[in-house]
Amino acid sequence: MSAYCTGIYGLGLATLTGLTFVGLFMMLTGWGYRFDVGQFLAETSPYMWASLGVAIAISMSVVGAAWGIFITGSSILGGGVMAPRIKTKNLISIIFCEAVAIYGIIMAIVFHNNIKGFQSHTDPYQYPGTVSVENIAAGYQIFGGGLTTGFCNLVCGVCVGIVGSGAALADAQNGSLFVKVLIIEIFGSAIGLFGIIIAIIQTQGADMGKAV
Amino acid sequence: MGSLWFNSDSGYFEGLIRGLRAGILKVSDYTNLCQCETLDDLKLHLQTTDYGNFLANEASPLAVSVIDEKLKEKLVSEFQHIRKQSVEPLSTFLDFISYSYMIDNVILLITGTLREKEISELLPKCHPLGMFPELKTLSIATSPAELYNSVLVDTPLAPFFMKCVSEQDLDELNIEIIRNTLYKEYLESFYELCKSLGESTLDVMGPILQFEADRRAINITINSFQTALTREDRVKLFPTIGRLYPEGLAKLADCSDSDDVARVAEYYAEYRQLFEGVGTAAGDKTLEDKFFEYEVHLNKLAFMQQFQYGVFYAYIKLKEQEMRNIVWISECIAQRHKAKIDNYIPIFE
Repeated sequence: MSAYCTGIYGLGLATLTGLTFVGLFMMLTGWGYRFDVGQFLAETSPYMWASLGVAIAISMSVVGAAWGIFITGSSILGGGVMAPRIKTKNLISIIFCEAVAIYGIIMAIVFHNNIKGFQSHTDPYQYPGTVSVENIAAGYQIFGGGLTTGFCNLVCGVCVGIVGSGAALADAQNGSLFVKVLIIEIFGSAIGLFGIIIAIIQTQGADMGKAV
Repeated sequence: MGSLWFNSDSGYFEGLIRGLRAGILKVSDYTNLCQCETLDDLKLHLQTTDYGNFLANEASPLAVSVIDEKLKEKLVSEFQHIRKQSVEPLSTFLDFISYSYMIDNVILLITGTLREKEISELLPKCHPLGMFPELKTLSIATSPAELYNSVLVDTPLAPFFMKCVSEQDLDELNIEIIRNTLYKEYLESFYELCKSLGESTLDVMGPILQFEADRRAINITINSFQTALTREDRVKLFPTIGRLYPEGLAKLADCSDSDDVARVAEYYAEYRQLFEGVGTAAGDKTLEDKFFEYEVHLNKLAFMQQFQYGVFYAYIKLKEQEMRNIVWISECIAQRHKAKIDNYIPIFE
């Protein structure tokens, strides 16, 4: 575990050092005006932001679901050796984890339907080379929605997994405990739903390629 | 944070060990066993528990030694089943559990060799959990330095042996000093390992190892009252990871009889209640029984947390206690002296 922590800290430190180095270099060699965060945000294509949003939505959801499934699955396997009766009932926990991945797919498809082709501006002669505001906004909205659904589903999957593992081991000891622990899992599963509800609200008006 | 990654390598084994823990005999099982008249009755009752037919192939007049051997065999097969499939860090943890048995085996062989016994009659007496390949070649050593350099340097016990190499000769008193020094080093290494395995493992294993350290210190003190062990030597043998370190250990070093030891223990709440009600009269428990009871209590607490390695240690120790209980009940039945048959230590209700 500490290897992962040092790995993430190392990555963060490397990124920060890289950015500082590039920024200082550009400033000291007279190209400072090119290190422009505002220009970066305004001129990158909305397609990049939207596609990143879709990618984060599905990939983080799947990471959460997979994490939850391996946590629960290994406990069910271990507990099922001495108490085989728990095998079938505890597959419900796996199904709850899987549902998290399905939320991710649904949101990714919904976001993807909002990504359409657009003309750069309603009046390209007056505003050459710019992108109209609705398109930029749509790109950011989909990115935000993707972040929301991705990270909510990530933690939801882990939560359902850990609770499911406890449910399997408790069931192996005492069969009447399973239904009680399942209620905890249902509450955990609701977190993922919150994520996709907010993501849908976020991308409500996202409209690329609005008709002129 | 351990709960996030623990299951990827050790989740199956935790589930397995918790399933095995559910098969530890309960008070109702012990009551049934106490009511048996013969050892064959005992075997019949054990068949209804998780032990099943482990005595099925034994000849009809059962002996207590046979029961003891078969119980050990079952525990060892469960331990090896998990040890062979596990990866780091569970495999290191399980290896550390087996080191204490290795230390006992090494000391047994050295003592036996000093008394001119054949290695072939000593090897069956060794504990199977502590077998390692170099054990058979132990008889050739005559001094600790030679023991270390020729036999133990490639074994896992090598790091614990560094402090003992300065002893001059292998004789009766020094054997005990070597045993206690090895065990002290082992306990301190084990504690360091538990610290590195995460908070919940330390939370569970810390009290268990601290109690073990304090128990060794108290036993060393009590056993050294009539011997030639000097005060400085006694202090060198005390493990330093327990609650008694440093003030309690300093006081223990100055003790000269059991009342002094009881007075030192009074300063520590958990140990004070262990020394109360101890005596040699008919209804009293001995100090050793009280220590076993407290150890069982700490080991049961290990199962209250998930995603930590303490459950493996606790299961082995609880099974050992169960084996001691069954052997005690079998001895009482075999000798038809059932007066003290209820002196086993109950584990689970």
